Amino acid sequence: MDPVRKRGKNLSKSLDSTQPASFPDEVLEQVFSVLKSRKDRSSVSLVCKVWYNAERWSRRKVFIGNCYSVSPEILVRRFPNIRSVTLKGKPRFSDFSLVPHDWGADIHSWLDVFAEFYPFLEELRLKRMVVTDRSLEFLAKSFSGFKALSLLSCDGFSTDGLKAIATHCKNLTELDIQENDIDDLGGEWLSCFPETFVSLEVLNFASLHSDVTFDALERLVDRCKALRVLKVNMHIYLEQIKKLLLKAPGLTELGTGSFLQLLPRQSAELETAFSRCKNLHTISGLWELSSFYLPVLYPACANLTYLNLSYATLQSDELAKLLSNCSNLRRLWVLDTVKDEGLEAVGSSCPLLEELRVFPADPFDHIMVQGVTESGFVAVSNGCRKLHYVLYFCRQMSNVAVATVVKNCPDFTHFRLCIMNPGQPDYMTNEPLDEAFGAVVKTCNKLQRLAISGLLTDRAFEYIGKYAKNLEILSVAFAGSSDLGMEAVIEGCPKLRKLEIRDSPFGNAALLYNLNKYESMRSLWMSACNVTMNGCRVLAKLMPRLNVEVMKDEGSGNGADKLYVYRSVAGPRRDAPPFVLTL
Amino acid sequence: MTTPLEHDYIGLSETPTAEVSLENMSETNKNYVLNLKETELRLGLPGSVSPERKPGNVVPFFGNVLEDVKVGSFKNFGSGAKRGFSDAIHGSGKWAFSTKSDAEVDLAKASVEEASVYGNTLKPVEENKRSPQNENAAAPASKAQVVGWPPIKSFRKNTLATSVSKNADAVEGNSTSGCIYVKVSMDGAPYLRKVDLKTCGNYSELSSALENMFSCFTIGQCTSKGLPEREGLSASRLMDLVHGSEYVLTYEDKDGDWMLVGDVPWNMFTDSCKRLRIMKGSEAIGLAPRAMEKCQSRN
Repeated sequence: MDPVRKRGKNLSKSLDSTQPASFPDEVLEQVFSVLKSRKDRSSVSLVCKVWYNAERWSRRKVFIGNCYSVSPEILVRRFPNIRSVTLKGKPRFSDFSLVPHDWGADIHSWLDVFAEFYPFLEELRLKRMVVTDRSLEFLAKSFSGFKALSLLSCDGFSTDGLKAIATHCKNLTELDIQENDIDDLGGEWLSCFPETFVSLEVLNFASLHSDVTFDALERLVDRCKALRVLKVNMHIYLEQIKKLLLKAPGLTELGTGSFLQLLPRQSAELETAFSRCKNLHTISGLWELSSFYLPVLYPACANLTYLNLSYATLQSDELAKLLSNCSNLRRLWVLDTVKDEGLEAVGSSCPLLEELRVFPADPFDHIMVQGVTESGFVAVSNGCRKLHYVLYFCRQMSNVAVATVVKNCPDFTHFRLCIMNPGQPDYMTNEPLDEAFGAVVKTCNKLQRLAISGLLTDRAFEYIGKYAKNLEILSVAFAGSSDLGMEAVIEGCPKLRKLEIRDSPFGNAALLYNLNKYESMRSLWMSACNVTMNGCRVLAKLMPRLNVEVMKDEGSGNGADKLYVYRSVAGPRRDAPPFVLTL
Repeated sequence: MTTPLEHDYIGLSETPTAEVSLENMSETNKNYVLNLKETELRLGLPGSVSPERKPGNVVPFFGNVLEDVKVGSFKNFGSGAKRGFSDAIHGSGKWAFSTKSDAEVDLAKASVEEASVYGNTLKPVEENKRSPQNENAAAPASKAQVVGWPPIKSFRKNTLATSVSKNADAVEGNSTSGCIYVKVSMDGAPYLRKVDLKTCGNYSELSSALENMFSCFTIGQCTSKGLPEREGLSASRLMDLVHGSEYVLTYEDKDGDWMLVGDVPWNMFTDSCKRLRIMKGSEAIGLAPRAMEKCQSRN
């Protein structure tokens, strides 16, 4: 630590006058303003009161991983100068319909407080929150300098709310609407950007369903010279993409619309347009793909680092041809229509690949049953030794295959394997897949996130508890044999922040095994497990700083069907709906 | 001591002819199947004993009951979860939901409740539901759908559902060149035309394309119906004719039904449209009452 030096009068803010002042607070704040990392800021604020104050005055961005862990009042009291807020609301399993509507996480109460205390707010990034049109309008009108709005997996609003944003936010640079559950009442919102509006840099409306007026979009793209990210929805087709690219050759990220409807002479023009986009490093979209048109992308492929084909039903040979041009790829998202052969092509064409996500085209086996298997996974690992992030949906797996994968790629930080049939064993030996995940945690020391599936006994959890010392997020489904499994993880993983479990035989003994653990975690979710109301009540009683919330199914007696436990400095929720029981 | 396995008797299945094959079942499951007699819903006076039921004779109450459930596969899940779908899956083999999203969730929820009703009659918590050996899993024809499993966001599920089915059709069908040509007939016109739906991005473009094709015919129609003859029929005038009192645009879908153009999303329309017909308004009675109202209001 720096030697302490007296600098004369310490200007305001320090509460402890016996503390020798090292620098005037303004200088400290200046120094701290370069700190971007949340962890650094947190560490800094714990050093002493002077530093705590300097940090809080100098902080501009705040990230709140659980909107109920703190209240807006507490937030504004500590941090008076915030310009950018990121909030996450519902538990992650709400993405999979496990959390009822009206559960909560409404942004409006936050906006009310922000309007008063952060009138200079510029950015709001929300995930899994409820946002109404009224809130969007309030937002648009309350913050004159508002710049960036990002809504991911939110619900509760309609395109009318977007109209308000487009109309009133004169300085908007970013509008990022992703995968939300909203009422799409039409595409007129895009036409609400006034003709004088020129500041947009990021526009993502890929997941909206209705048509926008192409004319308005074209003019918008034309006058926003700083536009670098443009992701359109499936109603825009290739001929229109060409027009947009000609107006915005500086794009760094492009989400195409439907990859259809191009006359032959137009495809040459489109190819030329792509070749002019020297900064383009990300391509996504490709809804309703006709692979016939894929070659128009080839001029841009050499520069691509991120290719999201997860809505494109590509076959293996089509993918192989495309990827042969994409040697620079770092991130690839595909559908399992590409099959193992397609993944072999990934392995051979993309040696720099760091992230792979393979989604199932038909998760419920209505039409296609094929998809990818363990051999595709191994093939990728053979060719892509730098792979550190994987999300893999498949229908068969073996212990040996997973062991091979992690031997090839020991640097995994995120390993999310979803074998789609619950409780499915190693297809070759019929044994549990314990050894597979054992290999993962033994080999991958940097593992931060793990999602397990397949037939698993307590042994898998013992391995996790013993070896996964950097693990922060664990997702469990249909796994384990007894309380010992969960106990092993609670005991053994010091950095665990989020534990989400469904349909596994863990009960009160596991829940109550180490109560203090939950205060070092962001949250615990357990649904369809063996915990009872009594167990939850005990937890709630012994740990008053945790919020213990239960949602019960009808007629389930003493069972706590859905349990959500999280630490909070704001006390129990005041806006809990009747079906959320706070214990 | 038999371990009664929880079973959801709301077994909706796409394959109503599947039969329970008792030979493949383990002892415990056989007993379970027979023990269900206690709780089956039947017709009969209270206290009466129905004749011994054989699978295949069961009268279903909630849709299809036991005999429609394929119990040929018992996967050893090893999770032994007390309630919910893992238990339903344990004993019941596979049953399928053909419905989607909300309905799926409701049904799923309903069956979770049912499963837990059974759960309450058994000893909860410490019971080990898992049978020690793995049973051979025959591939089931229909799969159980667990709420929220596989863990895929609903946006992705819904988007993929449409594009996958389209792709399956396309693979069987035509679109190596990416064209969808359909015949267009117009009442009163001496010959038909063909239009490529792929080159139209939406309904208004389709209208324009059709206008261009059929303008020569409607000029003639104008005069014969007593409307003022015009040189170079303008697009809007033709639109008026097509959308207004004279004509209704219809299409024949995959099922052979004649439908009014414009009701469904464009992509769904191109997928199911087999041919187009520009129908005289007077003939569209019964096809689309709305269209008739439109006709009358324009007049």
